Amino acid sequence: MAPSSSDLTNSDSAKSEKQKILRDGITPFACQLGGLIRAFHWIQRKFGYIDPDQFADIADVFNLSVAEVRGVISFYHDFRTSPPPKHTIRICQAEACQAQGVRALTEAVEKRLNTKMNSQSSDGSIELKPVYCLGLCSLGPSMEINGELIAKATVQDLKRVNR
Amino acid sequence: MKVTVSSDSFAVASGVNAVLEELNRHSLSVIKTGSYGLSWLEPVLELDVDSVKTTYRNVNPQAVESILNNRTNTPHKLQIPNIESHTYYSTQQRLVFDDSGIKPPLTVPDCSLLDSVLNLSPTEIIDAIETSGLRGRGGAGFPAHIKWRTVMTTEADQKYIVCNADEGDSGTFSDRLLMEADPFKLIIGMIIAGYATGSTEGYIYLRSEYPVALNFLQQAIDIAYRENLLGKNIRDSNINFDLDIFVGAGAYICGEETSLLESLEGKRGEIRAKPPLPAIAGLLGKPTLVHNVISLASVTGIFQIGADEYGALGVGRSTGTMPFQISGNVRQGGLIELPFGPTIRTLVEDYGQGTLSGRPLRTVQIGGPLGAYLTEDELDTPLTYEHLMEIGAGIGHGGLVVFDDAVDMREQAEYAFEFCEIESCGKCTPCRIGSVRGKETVSQMRTKPGQDRIRLIEDLCDVMEKASLCQMGGMTPIPVRSAMHKFSEDFRGVKP
Repeated sequence: MAPSSSDLTNSDSAKSEKQKILRDGITPFACQLGGLIRAFHWIQRKFGYIDPDQFADIADVFNLSVAEVRGVISFYHDFRTSPPPKHTIRICQAEACQAQGVRALTEAVEKRLNTKMNSQSSDGSIELKPVYCLGLCSLGPSMEINGELIAKATVQDLKRVNR
Repeated sequence: MKVTVSSDSFAVASGVNAVLEELNRHSLSVIKTGSYGLSWLEPVLELDVDSVKTTYRNVNPQAVESILNNRTNTPHKLQIPNIESHTYYSTQQRLVFDDSGIKPPLTVPDCSLLDSVLNLSPTEIIDAIETSGLRGRGGAGFPAHIKWRTVMTTEADQKYIVCNADEGDSGTFSDRLLMEADPFKLIIGMIIAGYATGSTEGYIYLRSEYPVALNFLQQAIDIAYRENLLGKNIRDSNINFDLDIFVGAGAYICGEETSLLESLEGKRGEIRAKPPLPAIAGLLGKPTLVHNVISLASVTGIFQIGADEYGALGVGRSTGTMPFQISGNVRQGGLIELPFGPTIRTLVEDYGQGTLSGRPLRTVQIGGPLGAYLTEDELDTPLTYEHLMEIGAGIGHGGLVVFDDAVDMREQAEYAFEFCEIESCGKCTPCRIGSVRGKETVSQMRTKPGQDRIRLIEDLCDVMEKASLCQMGGMTPIPVRSAMHKFSEDFRGVKP
């Protein structure tokens, strides 16, 4: 069924409202050192991710090309261009945690969640990602669930995830 | 009754927030401190009743009630001797971490030392840095005074101090501990560096993986502005210094100083070719002093005990103290600040008390993901820049990661290449392509070992070492080769 004209107007106005929030929010960063990256952090806090539909506005505010905006976003592991799932689990994959059995832990977590590292669960609610050092090296293996740090992590810690 | 609880990331990750909630239920006001660095004891709780202090380890919410109400003469089962009397702590010589764990992190600092340093001339300060023999604590070990003097003598309308707090090496956490336990030590070091070099703006480039540190740093900077430690005419002098935090976005390579500067300018963190050195053309092309957290935090220690005395600590050209960090498969992991010179064995066996698993130690990796894997025999090497160089290793950021005999060194070599592949900025070919080719070759060796593949890896390592633009590609061969040469039995393949 074709959308009615009022639907279009609603989504257009929602879109322009979002656009205004974005432009107002990031404009103060344009005159700051490293403003583009500061703006990306702000956008992710506000919207959860950097929507590719926003690239043109960001480029305009910072007087850059869309390619430059895309280039900076894609360089950093922290920035995402798709909505985040409900839960994000990060497991440290670096040496100090390897020495404390993180390879086995990772396998066990993958099995329990039926989700491979660097991917999302089939229902899209959980994302499993590597992280290279949370600075808890003497209490490994370490894990982070929705921003919460966990030392000496085990599979049991997954109970903190309420699907 | 006074209750003190550590609340750094170690403690947070070990469940201190639930302990704090429980203490709140008892309507107790709690003093939050950073960690002493004895991480296996976290969360640590100290109770002061009528000036008698007792200390408790690994405190959980269920234990709070019984700790607070223990009126018996039998010590509580979680009670331990006070940290100050613990040999792990009492045998250290702390200049950078002297206040960590003791003083709450956001205590307004006593500025008498800063005032006296700001009364010296910039040249006098840099001369003192030279006398102290301070070398960069981030990994390269470059003499600090050369950088300081270069920035000071390079003419420019604007100069910068940049603190590298992108502590990405696995096995290192000293920067984080300091920022969460005593952020003013870093801030004061930056003010002194700013005054000495003629820089009026400073930035702390903090990795995004350290949210607890960000919180403490931000509050400390706010306090510093309020107390006239930062801003215009600081401490009623004619010195101006502004300080801001910049949060990274998850890129190991941004710990390399030129990549860091690109990132700080809001760009992709791609390496710059050197020269020019950042001390001549750094941030926005201006003279920039880039130092890591511990280098800058060491500055106050130098003036506290005097540059001569600081320079007399340590061995040879490795002067002063170094906060070593011991982690991985070890019973007592944590931070140990000592003058340069103890052997690796001292740290692993005396402080660390051996492997946590109780199995035999197989190797220690020193200096982060670009550091060498050492054999058991090499543990008798003294920890100095020079002694480690003799065995083809580096002290890096002072991190020591212990592995027991369950480690597969071929897997570790493969990981070294893999990490380089994931974190390479992609600017130069040896690093970008060499890491990928190296990873797949070492991976193949699991089932198909042989001289051909070993030769190929050696060849790749040669190219990466000699032709990479920075240490990411240039030093990845160190863990690879040390694993392959010293633990060759792990490279003979398994039955497919």
